[in-house]
Amino acid sequence: MENMTHKAPAPASEKSTVTVRLLLFAVLRDIAGCDERLLTIDEGTRAQDVWNSLRLAHPELQPYVTPPLTAVNMSYVPSDTVLREGDELAFIPPVAGG
Amino acid sequence: MSYLTDEAIDYGNLISTVMRESDGALAFFAGVVRDHHDGHSVQSIFYDAYREMAEKEIEAVVQEVRRRYRPVSIAVVHRLGLLRVGETSIAIACASPHRAEAFAACREVIDEIKNRVPIWKKEKSPQGEEWVGWQKSV
Repeated sequence: MENMTHKAPAPASEKSTVTVRLLLFAVLRDIAGCDERLLTIDEGTRAQDVWNSLRLAHPELQPYVTPPLTAVNMSYVPSDTVLREGDELAFIPPVAGG
Repeated sequence: MSYLTDEAIDYGNLISTVMRESDGALAFFAGVVRDHHDGHSVQSIFYDAYREMAEKEIEAVVQEVRRRYRPVSIAVVHRLGLLRVGETSIAIACASPHRAEAFAACREVIDEIKNRVPIWKKEKSPQGEEWVGWQKSV
């Protein structure tokens, strides 16, 4: 059993962070110029927040206000999903298989 | 078994994996790179995928369709990489005792794969290269 009394909340100045792996495919890999990035983000960051930072970093993505489909750990999830330590995040542009 | 390949697709090989002695029907679908799209000519298509997730999603599609059209037997292979006009990008074989289930299953597998499996294509035409569907999705 954890002893909760010893868990003091972190001071506001020291936000907890999580590390996630962002995978980039197809058009997004071409735009970002890489196929993978390790991101250290604040705890509570949602997938769509990561999308918004990508939009800020890459002008080609500016018009794409809504993120494409979002996958976390290889399953489709809503874009407001909060990311957790070790998650594998991927934005899925319109699929065109077949 | 992998649903993705970087090699040319062998139809005969795929079909041989689904046929059972109880099957009286075989439906087969192949998706082939054609020389035009939306009014312009096409020279080649580069297929990219989120491989691990694509494998998982195709498996889910196959399981769902198999449950719906039991006792259909299903095989699927999707090719990735650079494909030229006339080359096969996907092949699906569905075998069942009677034709109705085989046809229906085959159609549903291709429709669902097109709908949700993370595979993308970059089309090369004399006008340049473009990821299909991206411009229209803004």
